[in-house]
Amino acid sequence: MSATSEAAAEIRREAIRDAKLWYWQRISAMVLAICVFVHLGTMIYAVRGGLTAAEILSRTKGNWLWGAFYLVFVIAAAVHVPLGLRAIINEWFGWRGRLPLQVIALIGVCYAMLGVAAIWGLVR
Amino acid sequence: MNPTLKVRVWREAPEAESGGYVNYDVPRTPSQTVLDVVTYIQRKLDASLSYRFACRVGMCGSCAMTVNGLPRWTCRTHIDKVVGADGALEIGPLANLPVIKDLTTDMREFFDKWARAKGNFQGKTTRHDDFAVVRPESKERAAANAGIECIGCGVCYASCDVVSWRPDYLGPAALNRAWTLANDVRDTQQKERLNAVAGDAGCHVCHTQGSCSERCPKQIEPTAGIAGLKRMVARAAVRGELE
Repeated sequence: MSATSEAAAEIRREAIRDAKLWYWQRISAMVLAICVFVHLGTMIYAVRGGLTAAEILSRTKGNWLWGAFYLVFVIAAAVHVPLGLRAIINEWFGWRGRLPLQVIALIGVCYAMLGVAAIWGLVR
Repeated sequence: MNPTLKVRVWREAPEAESGGYVNYDVPRTPSQTVLDVVTYIQRKLDASLSYRFACRVGMCGSCAMTVNGLPRWTCRTHIDKVVGADGALEIGPLANLPVIKDLTTDMREFFDKWARAKGNFQGKTTRHDDFAVVRPESKERAAANAGIECIGCGVCYASCDVVSWRPDYLGPAALNRAWTLANDVRDTQQKERLNAVAGDAGCHVCHTQGSCSERCPKQIEPTAGIAGLKRMVARAAVRGELE
């Protein structure tokens, strides 16, 4: 394969990859919309009795249903946020290709780990 | 009504590094359009002024310019609509396109992008075959019809902020054209087209700001078509139909 057709194939592969990433950003946004709604609703409902750590923990300790809900929330955020950051990096700094993808993947993993650690602290 | 228009017109020589605005006084007349003003300047005040127009009735799409900061068809823009009591009017070339001279822009890149977005129809029948039957009320046909009246004036392209910071972005007009063909059930190069409009120089870089839809003189909504392409392309990509 010649250099130009190889370059064209690479551009095409990148375009398909971008389209797939956009799809996952969109799906995660849909999940986030539901999660944020439930999260805010619960907050507004729950703080009527005052906002204390003890009160929150009494609701979440040992409640694996809340744990599962927040796990979904964290995963959706960990997918959505890095993809948004990638779009900003692309547009503001013109930084494209494989390296920014690896950087945002790392950010996503860190994000997910922090989130899971927080859930563990709340539910365990 | 101020009897004299204070007109500032962008002048740029082909060899000049940059241009500047030049002031002209133009008498105000009833039912005057911006194109009338430019024509007055060219015929009565300075014959060296370059600009482009053809039909004067909003059919050809060649007279679009920047009028008081916004891209417009000059032939269909009345002075009453854009000039206040002070009679100030500023006319420049369309944004996001290279200037050839004065108010005339080079549209090559704009139309090359239509070709890059696979904006040509490719059928599989010949004139010996019977007519294709396309139901006007079908979802695809309705979507194509919504964007089909584009005359390629470049107003949307000049309105688009994404084009100004990503010069390789295909832009609203080319993507609107791609969307109409993506909904044409007779067209045979659907996969190639979805590939051509995918990714960060294609539909997925659109910010959905809607300036193109806001400014389109034909009330077409390229933003809606681009959103449709985003969904169509992403779905095909995830299903592995683009490889």
